[in-house]
Amino acid sequence: MSGVNRVDCVIVGAGHAGLAFSACLQEQQIDHVLLERGEVANAWLSQRWDSLRLLTPNWQSQLPGYAYRGDSPDAFMTAQETARFISGYAGAINAPVQTSTAVRRATIHGEGFKVETSRGDWQCRSLVVASGAFARPKLPVFSSQLSPAISQFSCLHYRNPRQLPYGDVMVVGASASGLQIAAELAQSGRGVVLCAGEHVRMPRTYRGLDIQRWLHLMGMHNERYDQVEDLKRLRRLSSPQLIGDVAQRIFDLNHVRSLGVQLAGRLVSAHGQTVQFSGSLRNHCALADLKLQRLVRRIDDWADRQDLLMDIDDPVPFGPTQIESSPLLKLNLAQRNIRSVIWANGLQPDYRWLDMPAFDDKGRLKHDGGIADIEGLYVMGLPFMRRRNSSFIHGAGEDARELSSHLVQYLESVACPMDNLMVGNC
Amino acid sequence: MNMIATQKSVHNGINVEALVGARDAVTQMPAAAQFQWRAHCEWVNGTHCNTSVEGFFGLGEEQNHKQKATFDADHPEVFASEDNGITPVEYILVGLASCLTAGIASVAQYRNIQLHSVKASLEGDMDLRGILGADGDVRNGFGDVRVCFDIDADASQEDIEALVAQSQKRSAVFDILTNPTNVSVVVK
Repeated sequence: MSGVNRVDCVIVGAGHAGLAFSACLQEQQIDHVLLERGEVANAWLSQRWDSLRLLTPNWQSQLPGYAYRGDSPDAFMTAQETARFISGYAGAINAPVQTSTAVRRATIHGEGFKVETSRGDWQCRSLVVASGAFARPKLPVFSSQLSPAISQFSCLHYRNPRQLPYGDVMVVGASASGLQIAAELAQSGRGVVLCAGEHVRMPRTYRGLDIQRWLHLMGMHNERYDQVEDLKRLRRLSSPQLIGDVAQRIFDLNHVRSLGVQLAGRLVSAHGQTVQFSGSLRNHCALADLKLQRLVRRIDDWADRQDLLMDIDDPVPFGPTQIESSPLLKLNLAQRNIRSVIWANGLQPDYRWLDMPAFDDKGRLKHDGGIADIEGLYVMGLPFMRRRNSSFIHGAGEDARELSSHLVQYLESVACPMDNLMVGNC
Repeated sequence: MNMIATQKSVHNGINVEALVGARDAVTQMPAAAQFQWRAHCEWVNGTHCNTSVEGFFGLGEEQNHKQKATFDADHPEVFASEDNGITPVEYILVGLASCLTAGIASVAQYRNIQLHSVKASLEGDMDLRGILGADGDVRNGFGDVRVCFDIDADASQEDIEALVAQSQKRSAVFDILTNPTNVSVVVK
């Protein structure tokens, strides 16, 4: 490759968020390219376990100018179907995607940014980070102290129970991923210990409606980041304990316990074959139970005030989370025949290629609703970035519209400052 | 939201503005958040010892309590001791109860909940075969610790339960008891 490609905007990542942004830029006729390390919707093709389905029903799969049009609006897509949905979108909007292009480094350079890739360099005036909020596992430091006899998998690399070595499994983390993996391992006949810290307990259906329908009707998905209290906490929340399966009224710790999974508190240390758990499981469950009750009451109060066009069932309460009287505090993995550990304790973005002072002291990209501190730099798809649904497929559209108009204004403001001075317009 | 509830004046003796201000201050200046708590202990006789607490470090400088406090610890007569004070493990219960209760008052003030009374009963189970070295499989410390709060407040049962849960989430002693801590003990 010789020479540097020039473009007004580079979007890193051709998932749903990058593509939604691309659609908005096309509408405004901004010259841009999407750089994609693999194929369109790469993470859905290569980093999801086999049984995974979206946590949002098909009717919610919407992107600017594109929506699910099948005959099962209330069903949940598999990862492969999601990948097909997203690549269908890339085709429909004719997105300028350059696949198999790994971004190695992006720096502030010239009148914008230089983006170095495995297939040539780009110079751009604006840069959109759409490489995913859930790209890299957050492993605790002590994960490296586990005995090498224990096989470790992150939820990004876990596929199915057959992939694991013979023996029982410890699953770390009790959000959607951890619970789903623990449940399927237990159902496959494995003994499973599940470590649960703070978690969000949420019903799949309540009073006959899907929880996403309720959140949609109540306008909660669209709650804005600049209009909520305690944004920091909301951005840190782990993903709710949901599964894309309407047969599960509530997919929670009680459910996985009924499948034989043993619950332990948050994993707090590991050394060799010995692991320790926090004694705070009871309180973490109490907090989740209280928040579930608050959500349910909010729904009931809202429903009481509406003339709903649909029939809803009478409320049926959810009982408290049941835990043993003295949950496990310490475990010798070998003695328990545990041969593998699955890390489902959280994922984070991968910004290692973004070589510029854009981060706070904890390595988080500094931004105000997706507008980074560095002029011309934008981010997409982070939890509660601009709205409660910012990290969901259906949240990308509104965010992309708003951020792309900010970006266009920025490009116009810096387009030709000298001409501006001399001629008075640009 | 209920405007009357948020505007009524609640007095639990907690300065919420100062606490929120402190949180903002240490977010800006993490160094100010580094505190060190200290105690000095001296053996008296038998299992009896006396510990005093006076100074600590915080907000970037040496600090002092308004007055020095001293604590006698001993073991009861059933241990063939003189019972000149409560046992060290009972001090742990004192610490846990005080920490959770202070947390409840603070969270209640923050949430505009008037407290009338907060009482707690604590139990810590211990199998003495641990400390006596009679059974190597028994741990020295508490098996289970139970805390039962009896709270009278202008709030629903659920809101009171939420106070207690939030207090545990932010409690230092609860964290100390439920999570491992590196402890180094050296000889001068």
